[in-house]
Amino acid sequence: MSTTAPTPQKLRTRKPLRVGTVAKNLTALVLALLFAFPVYWMFSSSLKPQHEILTKDPVFVFTPTLENYSTATGVDLFWTYVTNSLVVTFGAVLLALVVALAASFAIARMKFKGRKGIVLIVMMAQMAPWEVMVIAMYMIARDGDMLNSIPLLTLVYFVMVLPFTIWTLRGFIAAVPVELEEAAQIDGCTRGQAFRKVIFPLLAPGLMSTSLFGFITAWNEFAMILMLNKEKESQTLTLWLTQFQTAFGSDWGATMAASTLFALPVLIVFLFLQRKAVGGMTAGAVKG
Amino acid sequence: MTVDSQGAAAAAPQDAPGRAAKTPKTQATPPSPSGSKEVLQPPRGRRSLPGGVLPYLLVTPALVSMAALLLYPLIRNLILSFQQVDRKEFITRETVWIGLDNYTKLLGDSDFWTVVVRSAVFTAVNVFLVMAIGTGIGLLLNRLGKKMRLVLSLALMLAWAMPVIAAVTIFQWLFNEQFGVANWVMRTLGFSGYEQHNWFETGLSTLTIITVLLVWQSIPFVALNMYAGLTTIGTELYEAAKMDGANGWRTFWAVVFPNLKPFFMITTFLEIIWIFKAFAQVYAMNAGGPDRASETLPVFAYIEGVGQFHYGLAAAISVLTIVMLLAAMSFYFRLILKQEEQL
Repeated sequence: MSTTAPTPQKLRTRKPLRVGTVAKNLTALVLALLFAFPVYWMFSSSLKPQHEILTKDPVFVFTPTLENYSTATGVDLFWTYVTNSLVVTFGAVLLALVVALAASFAIARMKFKGRKGIVLIVMMAQMAPWEVMVIAMYMIARDGDMLNSIPLLTLVYFVMVLPFTIWTLRGFIAAVPVELEEAAQIDGCTRGQAFRKVIFPLLAPGLMSTSLFGFITAWNEFAMILMLNKEKESQTLTLWLTQFQTAFGSDWGATMAASTLFALPVLIVFLFLQRKAVGGMTAGAVKG
Repeated sequence: MTVDSQGAAAAAPQDAPGRAAKTPKTQATPPSPSGSKEVLQPPRGRRSLPGGVLPYLLVTPALVSMAALLLYPLIRNLILSFQQVDRKEFITRETVWIGLDNYTKLLGDSDFWTVVVRSAVFTAVNVFLVMAIGTGIGLLLNRLGKKMRLVLSLALMLAWAMPVIAAVTIFQWLFNEQFGVANWVMRTLGFSGYEQHNWFETGLSTLTIITVLLVWQSIPFVALNMYAGLTTIGTELYEAAKMDGANGWRTFWAVVFPNLKPFFMITTFLEIIWIFKAFAQVYAMNAGGPDRASETLPVFAYIEGVGQFHYGLAAAISVLTIVMLLAAMSFYFRLILKQEEQL
């Protein structure tokens, strides 16, 4: 049980500094439990029957039930929220991909006056303090009679995800060797064809991970929707989630079921792109 | 001993120690000095295809949409901050110019300064905790075996991926007055006074819970990127430090920190910006309460504007917040630009 004498097997792993293996693994385990616990607690609470939720001492063993899920999804307008969320999120991401693809191709591949300026603008836009601009946004929307409008919200989210879409795609395009494009052109392709036939297929993973990041941002957005879309019919799942406390009184089971349902797509997306998420993000300044 | 040397030999081939200091990126610059056939080759050897109007056409949609939905609101925000827009003007849609009144009012208001100081302290504490613990966990990840590393990474990923509003809801549940698991933990640990402790009773304790939430969600980004960065440092450097008899602490400051300095700088600035402008976490947790005691600047602006019908004043708060953010951002941009040039 000594912490300084690891088994020979453990020693074979790369280990630049000397730290007791047991202590190290124990710390890691405790940390893993701490980080995972809130998620576990959300999920387990969502499956608990009502009387096991409202206990002073938490219940760890229980018979799971789906009743909280039916309460959460049985709320008025649930499917409207789902539809709105999907429309707004996918609309914004698709629009951003198209617009960003054009812009990032120009930035990554062409020489033109003002290129550096545009790069700088994109970088600044990426850090835009949207949360701070809600008042102005609200006044603009009100003056244009566009409060509670799904199209406006889609456009706002589109511009929200646009800068980092450009930024990330630029990186992916730059990583495709110019030679491939030139070869295609020598073989008789126009530049457009060269792009479509050669670059575009190679960009598939880039487009994938970029749009997933966009998806996460738009799906999670809170400040704008809170400000711009006050009418229930125009709201998304984000607000559906915050309304639970009042909608259900103290129905924490349903609240946790709703949280789980809301988080699930993001968790899946995230695990799907985890390899890409780690590493490239400091440069791209994207945060899920 | 034999085992030791084996460990050193098994290390994967790394970059030359001197230039391993880059921030982790997914797309490394393609090493293409050999294959390219352009005559006037720029140092990076990848850009070609000069075009006349085409690049401008390609860039226009992006620029136009950013101008319409980003620049215009910013300008509108600035204009609003010079106007009086209270309940009356808001309904009648009159324009009442009041010059710098909103600003003088704010700057002379002790409540405003309380919020500014609170925001600054809140940001500093959060960023410090996130960076310190995140770095520690990153170092730990680097030294774990494969299985344990996967377990910890997955746990971190779960926290990172939680949507903000869902995370806030979970924390409200964890710290619930009657049925929260936090009170149960405190009781189990033997602390008294946690029968029905209200964690949202004061501004300070509310902000503490928000801090726990923010730190929980922000650490994974730092830790996992830190780990990615550490893998770019060659083992020779550690070996050298070890030979010189450096302990863990010394090794960190002599080897790890200098090598990952760009990473530390950029991540710190990013965290400052993110935490300073965090809105959803603070607002959704307790709406800035109790008694407006947990309001940070963005929440203060929102509540002054929407809650109190002082839209002009709220716009002025936003402008001041943006100015403070710009100060932090200008550092960030300079770092990024420098890095771009080094590529």
